Amino acid sequence: MNWALVFQWGFLVALLTAGIRLAVPVILATLGEIITEQAGVLNLGLEGIMAVGGLAGFSAAYLLENGLLTGTNSELPAWLGLIAGMLAGALMGALMAFLSVTLRAEQVISGITLVLLGVGLSDYLYGKGLSSMTIRVTGMQVHPIPILSRIPLIGDILFNHTPPVYLTFFLVAFVWWLLFKTTWGLKFRSVGENPSAADTSGISVEATRYAAVILGAALVGLGGAVLTVVQLKLYREGIMAGRGWIAVALVIFARWKPNRALIGALLFGVAYSLQYRIQALDQVNRGVETIPYEFLLMLPYILTIVALLRRVSRSDKPAELGLPYIKGSR
Amino acid sequence: MTVREQKPRIIPLKLISAGAPVLGGLLGLLIGAFLIWVSGANPFEAYLVMFKGAFGGQRQITETLLKTCPILLIGLGMTVAFRARVWNIGGEGQYFMGALMGGLVALYLSGLPQPILWICLLLGGVLGGMLWALIPAFFKIRFGMSEIISTLMLNYIATLFVIYLTRGPLQEPGGVLPTSAQFNPVTQLPTLFGTRVHLGVLLAFVLVPLVYVLLWKTPLGFRLRAVGSRASVAQYAGINVNRAILTAMVISGGLAGMAGIIEVLMTHTRLKGSISGGYGFSAILVALLGRMNPIGVAIASVFFAALIIGAETMHVLYGLPPQLADAIQAVIILSVLAVDAWSRMRSEK
Amino acid sequence: MDNSCHNIVEMCAIVKRFPGVLANASIDFDLRQGEIHSLLGENGAGKTTLMNILYGLYEPDSGDVFVRNAPVKFSSARDAIANGLGMVHQHFMLVSTFTVAENMILGQPSPRGPLIESLQDVYGRIEQASETYNMKVDPRAEVWSLSVGEQQRVEILKALYRGAEILILDEPTAILTPHEADDLMLILKRLAKAGKTIVFISHKLREVLEISDRITVLRDGKLVDTVAASQANQQSLACMMVGREVLLSTSKTPAHPGESRLNIQDLKVRNDRNLLAVDGVNLEVRSGEILGIAGVAGNGQAELEEAIVGLRRVESGKVEVCSVDITNASPGQVGEAGLAHIPSDRYQRGLLQDFNVAENLVLERFSKPPFTRHGLLNWNEIFLHARDLVASFDVRTPTVQTLAGKLSGGNAQKMILARELVRKPKVLLAAQPTRGLDVSAIEFIHARLLEQRDQGAAILLFSTELDEILALSDRIAVMYCGEIIGLLTADQADVNQLGLMMGGSLAAVSSSTTQAGMQ
Repeated sequence: MNWALVFQWGFLVALLTAGIRLAVPVILATLGEIITEQAGVLNLGLEGIMAVGGLAGFSAAYLLENGLLTGTNSELPAWLGLIAGMLAGALMGALMAFLSVTLRAEQVISGITLVLLGVGLSDYLYGKGLSSMTIRVTGMQVHPIPILSRIPLIGDILFNHTPPVYLTFFLVAFVWWLLFKTTWGLKFRSVGENPSAADTSGISVEATRYAAVILGAALVGLGGAVLTVVQLKLYREGIMAGRGWIAVALVIFARWKPNRALIGALLFGVAYSLQYRIQALDQVNRGVETIPYEFLLMLPYILTIVALLRRVSRSDKPAELGLPYIKGSR
Repeated sequence: MTVREQKPRIIPLKLISAGAPVLGGLLGLLIGAFLIWVSGANPFEAYLVMFKGAFGGQRQITETLLKTCPILLIGLGMTVAFRARVWNIGGEGQYFMGALMGGLVALYLSGLPQPILWICLLLGGVLGGMLWALIPAFFKIRFGMSEIISTLMLNYIATLFVIYLTRGPLQEPGGVLPTSAQFNPVTQLPTLFGTRVHLGVLLAFVLVPLVYVLLWKTPLGFRLRAVGSRASVAQYAGINVNRAILTAMVISGGLAGMAGIIEVLMTHTRLKGSISGGYGFSAILVALLGRMNPIGVAIASVFFAALIIGAETMHVLYGLPPQLADAIQAVIILSVLAVDAWSRMRSEK
Repeated sequence: MDNSCHNIVEMCAIVKRFPGVLANASIDFDLRQGEIHSLLGENGAGKTTLMNILYGLYEPDSGDVFVRNAPVKFSSARDAIANGLGMVHQHFMLVSTFTVAENMILGQPSPRGPLIESLQDVYGRIEQASETYNMKVDPRAEVWSLSVGEQQRVEILKALYRGAEILILDEPTAILTPHEADDLMLILKRLAKAGKTIVFISHKLREVLEISDRITVLRDGKLVDTVAASQANQQSLACMMVGREVLLSTSKTPAHPGESRLNIQDLKVRNDRNLLAVDGVNLEVRSGEILGIAGVAGNGQAELEEAIVGLRRVESGKVEVCSVDITNASPGQVGEAGLAHIPSDRYQRGLLQDFNVAENLVLERFSKPPFTRHGLLNWNEIFLHARDLVASFDVRTPTVQTLAGKLSGGNAQKMILARELVRKPKVLLAAQPTRGLDVSAIEFIHARLLEQRDQGAAILLFSTELDEILALSDRIAVMYCGEIIGLLTADQADVNQLGLMMGGSLAAVSSSTTQAGMQ
């Protein structure tokens, strides 16, 4: 392979642009889980919630495009698909909240089972419903931001994307603002750090945790929907390929702060992007493989392990993460 | 008197919760019936077909037992790990690596005389799984890395690695498909009484009482359960918590690896990328459904194997996607979790 | 129910049950405005439960609550706070990663809607309240960095900030030095004079007599009586608390110390924040004596305890048991050397709630004969052993196969004691051995500790209860900021002097060292 090709601006710009784009589903899922975990609930079901969100979004967009909204504004079905993904995510979140907060079941087990439920249900429903042929949705167009997108290099990388990417930038800032500058954020964090203190201050620990889990899961579902509706424009078995689990890891890597989550996810986006580009370059080179395809695919998973190699200091983690709250037991 | 948190117990004690698996099973089947109905088939017919597909005759029962083997083996390993509160969900990956290492023995050492060959094959499988499990154990002990994430990531890595090998260095000479050469027939494990039920199945069921003895009748089992109950107390009592974690991971990895080589030898007779039907994940559910008790795990394994076979039959006959089994399994476990947690809450009221 | 127009709070026939225990059995309780009213009783008498009901954290199974003559049904703390109630709990309800200001506004509606109100405004209001009530706090400080006394002031200020007119304090002096406790009393008296009503929950007779206008005594969930403080004394209160005549001081035979058993030299240990919690401690405990370490919690006792038994790394210095160096040895090796340990945290360290009594009783020796034979556990032996111990140590449990988590605090502690003492240890480290226990359990454990001492064991006792230290110890050391700043023999010990040392007053050290000499 011609490595010189890699170190050209064109390649790098394309790499970073795609990197940002590909990072979006993971960022959204990570943001959602940060909210949930700051409130003290460990929701490991992200992979399943993304699958459900992805299928819900894709199905909604497809059915609308070919049903109610045939021929209308070509992006509305996609947007409605994203909303469907959020709702599906919120529903799964409600289930998780019920198990973890009301029933106080072991959260690790609930989460893992939720993954299997989400992935199993999605693959089953897709297999039954839509897999008869390779179907696609139209998705969304790239909307370059006027003026900003003309800036050399940076303009292309940051401002030449589909709307969900801009939405994601906004959401990173919004979640940060929510958690650290609002009274709700104070409530979420108190419930995760010292629920007794929150309880005796008059805050309903149950209600707050429910809100955090459902809100977080909605974002996770949105992440799944963005992948199927906007980026890949299709659904198939195992499409999430571990992104939900990577998001779980990224929350730790980000030390539960939204801004660091962005950096972590971008790294993954670039890793995914690198996969495709190296493959493409190999094709140019008459298909002689420099790095075996499977090893490229391994990159995100290896990266995840590397990202977690640092010992987590106790002060970063919400103190009561994963522990159910029981009022005054003797 | 303080407002105090309490660590949730995974193993509740009341008789009500003993009935939870049954309740959960029924609920799961109910929801499965709904899914079937939504897909346009008759649930009663479908379940009848499912039952007959799994238990309807000698051939069917044999198939069910054969499918139970890997699930039970991995499930027993999960039981040991979960009892120590080591969340090894890397069963898939350890299965693949066991298949790989045992598979290498099958491909290159098939000249050995038969009983020794079988022992080497099984050992290879166990070793492959153990080594793969050592990696997340090391990360947990040295870096405090959650074993949930590391074992999961290693699942993907293991699967991809095996696919790569069977597409490249280990590919069948002259072949086009990503699969290794077929194993020499001498590697086949002995079967019982002329049926297709092989040594592996026997091994799996023999391990049921052995794991029971390990957990409740040996000092090692005491140690693992103590660490799983509360590691800080185990540490106080002089138990080496890190060593216990390592042991739990290695045992569960070894069992998963054994499942891998057995399946590859008997069901596939060659190494390839598609050697698992998600047994690693079914095994987790089976360990939970069986309340992390080897006997319960055995019963649950048979049940889940029947479910999978039944779903495959329904796929053939009604065109229902085989993931139906996954969905039903997950619903069953969630129901069991819910009933358990609910009954625990009632007893604490 | 006379004087009802003066009663700012009335609780009538309150009943509250928890699984297995009747915490409040038809209790009547009333508060007059501006009084300091103490709730006195042993651990487990039901005092905290009753006040948790008043504060809205629990709902009573039956009974009525009236605040300012109006019936109320609080379903959460929020309702109670809205009615002018404030509570300072035994374990602080502060979010340690938040600042003081953030803790103050937690749960309060903000004038800026969703946005947290301007922190400058909050700081201003906190500083003002700080002035008014003469309690100094820094609103910008993060709670984890504050001392225990400061955190308590934050808790009190938090309640007042939220408009509390009725202040409930649960065992507030448990974590204070005698002199900080005196300061607290002054604050409370000032608040009462300013018109606030105060409920003071305690099991300490002296304090309760000193500060109260009236005293209500609870025993086993029942109301014993409500008396005016002026008409009570320690003896009458103790009698009401326990239900029988109580010896307020135990007598013990004089000690006959023998050879040195535990030797700690210049020990330095870091805490979880990587600060030096133990800073050069020298101690020696001899056979046949009890060395009590007095001090307010948080001065390095926990770290010292953990370092000795191998649960925390020793940075420098040496620990020897019978001349065997066990510095940085594993807990197992420390046990082999002959040191037994009664941990300060029963449930975090001492026993497995999911395991049964028999299993807990062999927790440290299950892999040794006779409990393990030919590589397998010998359950017969284990159960036999358990039945023996349960009988000789009066552990009240339905069977030896009952889960340890079901035992009461006292029985759980007796179980742990049994396990440690049956090893016939050369050295016994007992940390907070009677925390949270009722009087009869306390008496039992004290008796067994003295018995061990008389049989030649060397005992190192950690306790935050000065009374316990005085009752049991032959020699007393005071720990402050990671150092031993005073070492006296029991007859030289004086509560006041000890109190001064526990608060770090060095004047007391110099006067006692000239008397006793550091030995």
